[in-house]
Amino acid sequence: MLGAALRCGNASLSCAMVERNRFLSFLAHAVMILGVLIVAFPLYLAFVASTHTAQEIVQAPMPLLPGSHMWETYSKALIGGGAGAGSTAPVAHMMWVSLMSALIITFGKITISLMSAFAIVYFRFPFKGFFFWAIFITLMLPVEVRIGPTYKVVADLGMLNTYAGLTIPLIASATATFLFRQFFMSVPDELTEAARMDGASPMRFFIDILLPLSKTSIAALFVIQFIYGWNQYLWPLLATTSEDMYPVVVGIKMMVAGGDSQNEWNVVMATALLAMLPPSVVVILMQKWFVKGLVDTEK
Amino acid sequence: MASITLNNLIKRYGAGKTANQVIHGVNAQIKDGEFIVIVGPSGCGKSTLLRMVAGLEEVSGGEIRIGGRVVNNLEPSERDIAMVFQNYALYPHMSVFDNMAYGLKIAKVPLEEIKIRVDKAAKILEIGPFLQRKPRELSGGQRQRVAMGRAIVRQPQVFLFDEPLSNLDAKLRAQTRLEIQKLHRELGITSLFVTHDQVEAMTLAQRMIVMNGGVMEQFGTPEEVYTRPASTFVASFIGSPPMNLLKDAPEAHSGIITGIRPEHLDITPHGWALKVEAVEMLGAERLVYGRWAHSATDEMVIIRTEESHAIPTVGSTIHVTPRADRIHHFDATTGKRLDI
Repeated sequence: MLGAALRCGNASLSCAMVERNRFLSFLAHAVMILGVLIVAFPLYLAFVASTHTAQEIVQAPMPLLPGSHMWETYSKALIGGGAGAGSTAPVAHMMWVSLMSALIITFGKITISLMSAFAIVYFRFPFKGFFFWAIFITLMLPVEVRIGPTYKVVADLGMLNTYAGLTIPLIASATATFLFRQFFMSVPDELTEAARMDGASPMRFFIDILLPLSKTSIAALFVIQFIYGWNQYLWPLLATTSEDMYPVVVGIKMMVAGGDSQNEWNVVMATALLAMLPPSVVVILMQKWFVKGLVDTEK
Repeated sequence: MASITLNNLIKRYGAGKTANQVIHGVNAQIKDGEFIVIVGPSGCGKSTLLRMVAGLEEVSGGEIRIGGRVVNNLEPSERDIAMVFQNYALYPHMSVFDNMAYGLKIAKVPLEEIKIRVDKAAKILEIGPFLQRKPRELSGGQRQRVAMGRAIVRQPQVFLFDEPLSNLDAKLRAQTRLEIQKLHRELGITSLFVTHDQVEAMTLAQRMIVMNGGVMEQFGTPEEVYTRPASTFVASFIGSPPMNLLKDAPEAHSGIITGIRPEHLDITPHGWALKVEAVEMLGAERLVYGRWAHSATDEMVIIRTEESHAIPTVGSTIHVTPRADRIHHFDATTGKRLDI
């Protein structure tokens, strides 16, 4: 209640209306709880499935309470070598591949976007406007549109089944460049001038002043891009053909064999839950920074 | 320490026919150790002039010399100058110490030396206790001191101030003004100080440059600027209330504007007849607004009298006499001072 009252500062009128009406407050909570249930139930079901044996969960009705085979299923998933009809590669390795590519994509994206935004905002060079618009227009081109030519290039360069092939095509980021551009433009000119008076070279200014000032934006972008990199599906599906280069998201797909073959659904569910862990950890750990990066500008 | 020479300095933006010239050939000789105030209304080019000296704006024409050396094409950091910005421009993520030390670190001054210089500057400015704080934890006045500290530690030849007091409240402004004066006395560094505030200009300047529309209207001591304004612009810009610039005064010649400051008009039994229009009480003195009794124009004359005088009633006619040695004459077309 106090929190709500404090937060009301800017919109006291609408807040007062909500607070005075108990029914509305009840309704709001009911809708939220319903929403949480709808989102959480499949997750719960996946968890329940991952704690039973493969036989138990294919019976109807499926058990709705956790079983006693949790450790067994998870170790089978992590180490590999299950009895399913699809891929039985170890998930631990897939998670490593996912983690590496997500991190490379994230850091690559942040580095490139910071530098290109720096160039666009602080330097005068020929065709500057053209380059900015070229970057801006790629915002409208999703990976899927250019996937054919990209595949051709990567395949010809012999980068299939490598980390380079998994990550480089995904690194260039118009969104991040644009975000940093907006941020740099909000940095007061006087700060740049003060640095010039102090004798800082452009790179020195970038490293000593611009980078520390952008750290909250970088943190917010890290969260978004890590999840983006981790959840890549279509591109790794094309760019990897060997089991030891599958990221976990692709790995899940490969575990499920088509047709009537018997899948170890408990192991698939365990893998799905494992695949969700790292992004959740990143979000939870960086939540504070994430919100800060999106909301306030420390200037 | 160094002298500064501005030689026919020109600034224009753009090129060719669309070029927009904002500084029209400024010439000035600033002596070593002088405190110069550049004053003028907003948009008169005073900040541009300062930024050209700082090296933040390119010079379109003419020459800037600092200590005899032409600096037109030198980077700001190579000109041996330091600048205090209007919004202080402190690096928000650095402590006060780091803010002051940053320029020295880049110049590869040894850490020991940096500490000595920062401590000395902190002592002068009384910001010693804040050295480890971030700028956002300081008040406006303290930030202002840090900005000055950052300029002092560099031990420059020239200080440049770009309206450094405009973000302070009135009381702090007066106090800081005194401190800047004290600082200048102690360090004796040539200073250029830009302001739009005539009180700041009059109190701080040893000599002042009055700018208007990109032209230097007058360059002289506050005394000269006040007693012998070079143009009607200077006459009306310096002094509050401004000088009366009269076209319809009795015994006036056509084509000549008579200037007389409100404080140099005395209410006398005989003299120029005025109809009193309003009276304002300012504490120690009083402002009387009147219009000519002999002419139908709505030219307004302001008289500043001491409190002890009898209050003229609104609507009555009074007579005033200008002090003979305080009358100024200006050319009505050019606005320039005429010495008759």
